Amino acid sequence: MNQTKSGGLMGWIDERFPATKMWNEHLAQYYAPKNFNFWYYFGSLALLVLVIQILSGIWLTMNYVPSGTEAFTSVEYIMRDVEWGWLIRYIHTTGASAFFVVVYLHMFRALMYGSYQKPRELLWIFGCLILVALMAEAFMGYMLPWGQMSYWGAQVIINLFAAVPVIGPELATWIRGDFIISEITLNRFFALHVVGVPLAIIFLVVAHILALHEVGSNNPDGVEIKKNKDKNGNPSDGIPFHPYYTVKDLFGVAVFLIFFSIVVFFIPDFFGLFIEPPNFEPANPLVTPDHIAPVWYFAPYYAILRAIPDTFGGVVAMGAAIVILFFLPWLDRGRVRSIRYRGLSFKIALAVFAIGFVLLTYLGTQPATGLNTLLSRVGTVIYFGYFIFLFVYTAFGLEQTKPVPERVTMK
Amino acid sequence: MRKLLLTLALALIPGLLMAAPKGGNYMSVDVDPHDKQSLQRGAMLFANYCMACHEASLMRYNRIGQDLGLDDALVEQYLIFKPEQQAHDVMTNVMTEADAEQWFGAPAPDLTLYARRHGPDRVYTFLNGFYRDDDQPFGVNNIVVSGVSMPHVLQDLQGLPEPRYEERDGRMVVVGVEEATNGRLSPEEYRALTRDLTNFMDYMAEPVKAERERLGVRVLVFLFIFLIVTYLLKREYWKDVH
Repeated sequence: MNQTKSGGLMGWIDERFPATKMWNEHLAQYYAPKNFNFWYYFGSLALLVLVIQILSGIWLTMNYVPSGTEAFTSVEYIMRDVEWGWLIRYIHTTGASAFFVVVYLHMFRALMYGSYQKPRELLWIFGCLILVALMAEAFMGYMLPWGQMSYWGAQVIINLFAAVPVIGPELATWIRGDFIISEITLNRFFALHVVGVPLAIIFLVVAHILALHEVGSNNPDGVEIKKNKDKNGNPSDGIPFHPYYTVKDLFGVAVFLIFFSIVVFFIPDFFGLFIEPPNFEPANPLVTPDHIAPVWYFAPYYAILRAIPDTFGGVVAMGAAIVILFFLPWLDRGRVRSIRYRGLSFKIALAVFAIGFVLLTYLGTQPATGLNTLLSRVGTVIYFGYFIFLFVYTAFGLEQTKPVPERVTMK
Repeated sequence: MRKLLLTLALALIPGLLMAAPKGGNYMSVDVDPHDKQSLQRGAMLFANYCMACHEASLMRYNRIGQDLGLDDALVEQYLIFKPEQQAHDVMTNVMTEADAEQWFGAPAPDLTLYARRHGPDRVYTFLNGFYRDDDQPFGVNNIVVSGVSMPHVLQDLQGLPEPRYEERDGRMVVVGVEEATNGRLSPEEYRALTRDLTNFMDYMAEPVKAERERLGVRVLVFLFIFLIVTYLLKREYWKDVH
């Protein structure tokens, strides 16, 4: 590090706190590959959405009342009587869906360019943990408006725990804190949604970024840029994150905010996907809605759950669909990271996996008719099939890869 | 770039699929939160015809005034019929729950969010869907809510339509209503009136809709300028990256 000691205020601070050191390590002298493409915007966008959610969430908390009799009306109070409350709420509801859009695309990027492969296994695992925490956060947040879908969606999900053998019913009661979903459940979900899980997410995001900066970023060519260094010891194919990627990501932020604002200002319900119509009816334990559908971002896993005839089997499959992600770095034995230089079968498998995931997302929001159940089973086989295929394909040396270039390319 | 556009286009497909309209043969109504005159007429209709029994307990009278350009005096004159209520109060009804139980078997549902829960088309079809049915306690039935437990409050205006039957699976079922001619309004006038009322209920379910769309345009204009600035900034910095 060619760090110049500065005088003045910064010098005073730097002697007592590593402000300049951290700035350099993580921004000004963090070398990122220069060939990042479209797919590399979603990491910084995920961070942006996290900040949006935390800020809008703080303001919502100022006016929301977590009680069985007040929760629903307090949300409408925010929508009507609180100055700019409607905007803050729509930002938060849109942000929840945007978070999953961005994170799913971010993860797909990792699948394409092998960003989970050695030495980035731990980076990938932190990312998977963030996904799990995010799902918990979204699930608990969805209950807070205390509408019919909030109530019955939570009912369905918590009842899944009751399917666990032996301890199931006790476990579900322990989670709810009551024999049915009640104000007690609402209160604990509120506590976890606004304090507990966000703390975990922030901690994991810090770990994720620290791990990234320790091993360095992957890139669309899957080339390790640290292997080629210039005379200053910096990667020849790397450029300092700041200012190059800060300005580039700022452009990404502008594009993202345009899409985000179109939803917030013109289609906040997003055709009933981001805010579901039954949630405009207060929670009523005595009336079950005709069709209980999870929010779209849980739909793929819900479709997997329903694809298995046995409830507990479905719960296991749904859990396995998440758990298997953690093992991806060890399932993929390939030595070539990027899809650009991997075998044709890999490309086809990944495309089929993506289509299967989209199919499952669609099916999870639809009623479980005969055809839909059949398609869900196909989707489930595709989902798990990808991981099995990848292991067999790479562990037994079936993959025909193309030569990987020494240096990154600027496609 | 072509790949990118294709990816984005493909990404939209699930959204479009899931956004496909839900079943139910409803008449379609064009609601317009910017049409203030329609909303004013709708507000008066709602206060006059609906609020004896129904409530809009999440909506304040003076919010309607602010959004639709009526001062408190006008609001109190045209919209408030309970002597103890003031412009800043929420819109509660006159009928007590006990009376409602006795007269209709259940309290009348709160209508604040009804249009957002069920969609304006359903509201509009309901208002146009009453027909004569002598077997019902109030002599009327409805094509949207079969066995509806309320009278046709707008009967004086519309008249009472006769049902239109069709044979389905060997049974005669009501599929629609004939045009009524025995009311004070022509069928066109009645449709215009129910459109105003539907428009108002849609507004009431989300009073900020007009404002958010107006503000949204400005935000997007700003963001497009911001986009150009960031693009130029990026291009300037990246000149020296090869």
